[in-house]
Amino acid sequence: MNPFSSGTRLRDMIRAIRACKTAAEERAVVRKECASIRAAVSDNDQDYRHRNLAKLMFIHMLGYPTHFGQMECLKLIAAPGFPEKRIGYLGLMLLLDERQEVLMLVTNSLKHNMVDYLRCLVLSTCKKEFLIIEKLLSSSDRDLNHTNQYIVGLALCALGNICSAEMARDLAPEVERLLQFRDPNVRKKHCTNISAYTAQAALCSIRIVKKVPDLAENFVNPVVSLLKEKHHGVLLTGIQLCIDLCKLSEEALEYFRKKCTEGLVKVLKDVVNSPYAPEYDVGGIADPFLHIRLLRLLRVLGHGDADASDCMNDILAQVATKTESNKNAGNAILYECVETIMSIEDNSGLRVLAINILGRFLSNRDNNIRYVALNMLMKAVSVDDQAVQRHRVTILECVKDSDASIRKRALELVYLLVNESNVQPLTKELIDYLQVSDQDFKEDLTAKICSIVEKLSPDKIWYIDQMLKVLPQAGNYVKDEVWHALIVVITNASNLHGYTVRSLYKAIQTSGDQETLVRVAVWCIGEYGDMLVNNIGMLNVEEPITVTENDAVDVIQIAIKRHTLDLTTRAMCLIALLKLSSRFPSCSQRIKDIITQSKGSLLLELQQRSIEFDSIIEKHQNIRSALVERMPVLDEATYSGRRAGSMRATVSTSHGTALNLPNGVAKTAAAPLVDLLDLGAEEPAAPSSSGGNFLQDLLDVDTSSSSQSGTTQPQKSGTDVLLDLLSIGSPSPQNGSSAPDILSISKDNRTSVSALDSLSSAIGPSVQASFTAGDAPMMDLLAGFGPSPPAPPPKDNGPAYPPMVAFESSSLRIMFNLSKQPVSPQVTHIEAIFTNKSSDVYTDFIFQAAVPKFLQLHLEPASGNTLPGSGNGSITQKLQVTNTQHGKKSIVMRIRISYKLKGKDMLEEGQISNFPRDL
Amino acid sequence: IHFVLLISRQGKVRLTKWYSPYSQKERSKVIRELSGMILTRGPKLCNFVEWRGFKVVYKRYASLYFCMCINQEDNELEILEIIHHYVEILDRYFGSAYYILDEVLIAGELQESSKKTVARLVAPQDSLVEAAKEEANSISNIIAQATK
Repeated sequence: MNPFSSGTRLRDMIRAIRACKTAAEERAVVRKECASIRAAVSDNDQDYRHRNLAKLMFIHMLGYPTHFGQMECLKLIAAPGFPEKRIGYLGLMLLLDERQEVLMLVTNSLKHNMVDYLRCLVLSTCKKEFLIIEKLLSSSDRDLNHTNQYIVGLALCALGNICSAEMARDLAPEVERLLQFRDPNVRKKHCTNISAYTAQAALCSIRIVKKVPDLAENFVNPVVSLLKEKHHGVLLTGIQLCIDLCKLSEEALEYFRKKCTEGLVKVLKDVVNSPYAPEYDVGGIADPFLHIRLLRLLRVLGHGDADASDCMNDILAQVATKTESNKNAGNAILYECVETIMSIEDNSGLRVLAINILGRFLSNRDNNIRYVALNMLMKAVSVDDQAVQRHRVTILECVKDSDASIRKRALELVYLLVNESNVQPLTKELIDYLQVSDQDFKEDLTAKICSIVEKLSPDKIWYIDQMLKVLPQAGNYVKDEVWHALIVVITNASNLHGYTVRSLYKAIQTSGDQETLVRVAVWCIGEYGDMLVNNIGMLNVEEPITVTENDAVDVIQIAIKRHTLDLTTRAMCLIALLKLSSRFPSCSQRIKDIITQSKGSLLLELQQRSIEFDSIIEKHQNIRSALVERMPVLDEATYSGRRAGSMRATVSTSHGTALNLPNGVAKTAAAPLVDLLDLGAEEPAAPSSSGGNFLQDLLDVDTSSSSQSGTTQPQKSGTDVLLDLLSIGSPSPQNGSSAPDILSISKDNRTSVSALDSLSSAIGPSVQASFTAGDAPMMDLLAGFGPSPPAPPPKDNGPAYPPMVAFESSSLRIMFNLSKQPVSPQVTHIEAIFTNKSSDVYTDFIFQAAVPKFLQLHLEPASGNTLPGSGNGSITQKLQVTNTQHGKKSIVMRIRISYKLKGKDMLEEGQISNFPRDL
Repeated sequence: IHFVLLISRQGKVRLTKWYSPYSQKERSKVIRELSGMILTRGPKLCNFVEWRGFKVVYKRYASLYFCMCINQEDNELEILEIIHHYVEILDRYFGSAYYILDEVLIAGELQESSKKTVARLVAPQDSLVEAAKEEANSISNIIAQATK
């Protein structure tokens, strides 16, 4: 050994690391080695540089930081000898990636090596004398020139693997020259070496054109000559480069299509018919790699061009029929061939051939082959659905395969294959399989089943039946949208309410741990509990069941006590209980006890609801039945529209400009409960900022602050209002008796008019003004309801403004009545009155408004969404604008009105800037 | 091909080669994820796993897993052939796996389909290194003698 040497040999280090029993030991060894390598680096040690780099590469592979070795790579590359350069380049490719700046330094070194070699090659071509080249090359076998060839190889390899855009630009001309240096006379002995460099240069070019696409055109001509090559390596890489050029440039594609299609077809023919060649033989097939590349290039050339496609028909048919399919190599070629047939221009004969091949693949016992068949059939569906449908049974079997990759592919394929005619048997199969499938596959499977069922159900009962099968199996995997949609469908199927609630009752007995099943069941029992116990609405297929009122309450009691279920579910349970307390008077006391148990809940939401509900049951027997009326039918179109609408609102607020704000306050998806419980569900949206404030919605009590403050405050104010209501209600019988009146009014008009609106229209505008403006609205409301209503005239409350025409078009007029409270000059109350100027009725009328950032806008629900024609009625909607820059800027507003006229969607937009200046 | 991984049955990395840019952090994450996915798969399952919108084709030879990551639309069966091709060359010429891989793949594309040619190209490069080593040894011997 060299007496100056330090450290261990590479082999010893690897052995030492392998011998380590714990990670800590390994770290210690690596640390020691790294320290000695660092020392060597700082000493600029020459002799062991390559060994140190080899060690570093090993350490790097183990995942330790090795950045300090990067410069060592460069030093080794700059060294004169081949061994140093070789390891230097290897280290370069491993330790660096293209984003690191050190790489810039490499460029010079690379250039130098190649230029040297090029000079030599160009010299030899000029003389065009085979003998001279041969002599040159053979004589150089043992001297520097020989090593130089390999060094060029190293350089090209490194360039191809890691070059950056800058390097690509710098070195492109050299690589391009190397590509072109192909003397057709140079054959035999030395052609291997030279071909190897041409091939390397071609692959290098791929990297270059991918990094710098504008260089593509420089390579088009050299490639054409590469495609005429006999040498497989060169041909292979030439084709690959050609494919990449076609991807980058339409012109190149056109050029190759004209110039090379026929030639390539001939090359493929030669390869297919070539005799046994041991060098390229793989399982009895001559060079499958070349086959595949040729087929791929033909696909690119044939796609979208009838002539080119025509030209390759014969050879594709030959490949498809003649290729042996008992080995992987043959199947790889067939696979590629099928793909080419599918994407070139239509030839029905070939397509039949291709689909047949896939059918054979599908019944193959090798999983790999089945996998690619499924993959390919997905593409074939768009081309020939019928042909794929024929294999449906086999595909369905693949969904049940033990291999996760195959299952996934098959499921996606089945999803594509489902249509109206086969949805029922396919869904049955999938649901049956759901019972036995792996846990980790259930999520995908459930999502697909739900999507199929929702999209293609022939009728409501089938839809509900399928969902009733899915929920007990995989309720924990069902997404929120899915069960929301299910509830919307259930409410719409009025003849199925009894059937549904009974089925759910049966299902929850056995599968009480499936979250979404519990939610849907609890909701339905709350709504349709009376139908459950009395077997109302029996279908012919149903067996009558005996459920007592106590049984129904049991179910909910069990659910609310189950700790695995989340807050939303338990909150739903509480609401269901409140509803049942009215539906089942005999259980009222028991329900009250259950509700009371949540009074001590640590979850604020549950605690609060529990207290509220308890007090409703205890003190307000008379209003309770009205409070918990069955929910009105949810409108399917509105529901799906709202799903889209709330998404739109979220998007627009995230942009900072609330241009598309829908009526009312935008709801977030996190408050689904409100959606479902919101009594005024027909209205586009009730004002609500917190998911739990449903009672507030229910009564449509609004405080001026609730919609605009943060998330905690509205809850508080909601409670306050409620408590106000309740505390006022009990001591004063007079007021208490008036409360049901309010609610009965609201009930009658529930479908179109909110409680508030009907109330105000009944009493007159004066109360309404004071009500909406007041700081303690309930107080005002109840005071205003007294036996002798001393309604304060609105004039006392603030300055008066004349009504203004805010917007007028040929079809529509919008009037604004403005009012203000002296205590809060920033806040303007607007009552918008919409009048239809045409003679036709407008339906689905929605008014939207947006304001600049310094304003805050709050829209209350409109009085309706149908606007009769010829001015025979109007819609009113209240708005409340808070001007944070009051006195400095005046109000402006952008509006959008959408409605349906004879079923056609209409949209009007405008800007209102004629507000009085001091608002 | 985006990258090539050789992993032992115990999940130890034996060779990595990246043809698409991945930062060091991403690389170790990729290796962790893939070895978790691939090593747990049963013996008779297919050789493809879908991963982050790519496909990973893997094959086990003895206790080594050869994994290659490709695009969705690439030919999986061909990649299996490439792996086999590489393994056969390794077998025929047992030397540095890295240098051989460099002759087989550049920029994630197949370079040479003839095993013989690859062997023919790697062998002289190794002999060059050997020659240089011998030379270096003799020099160091001379130095050693001189400094005695």
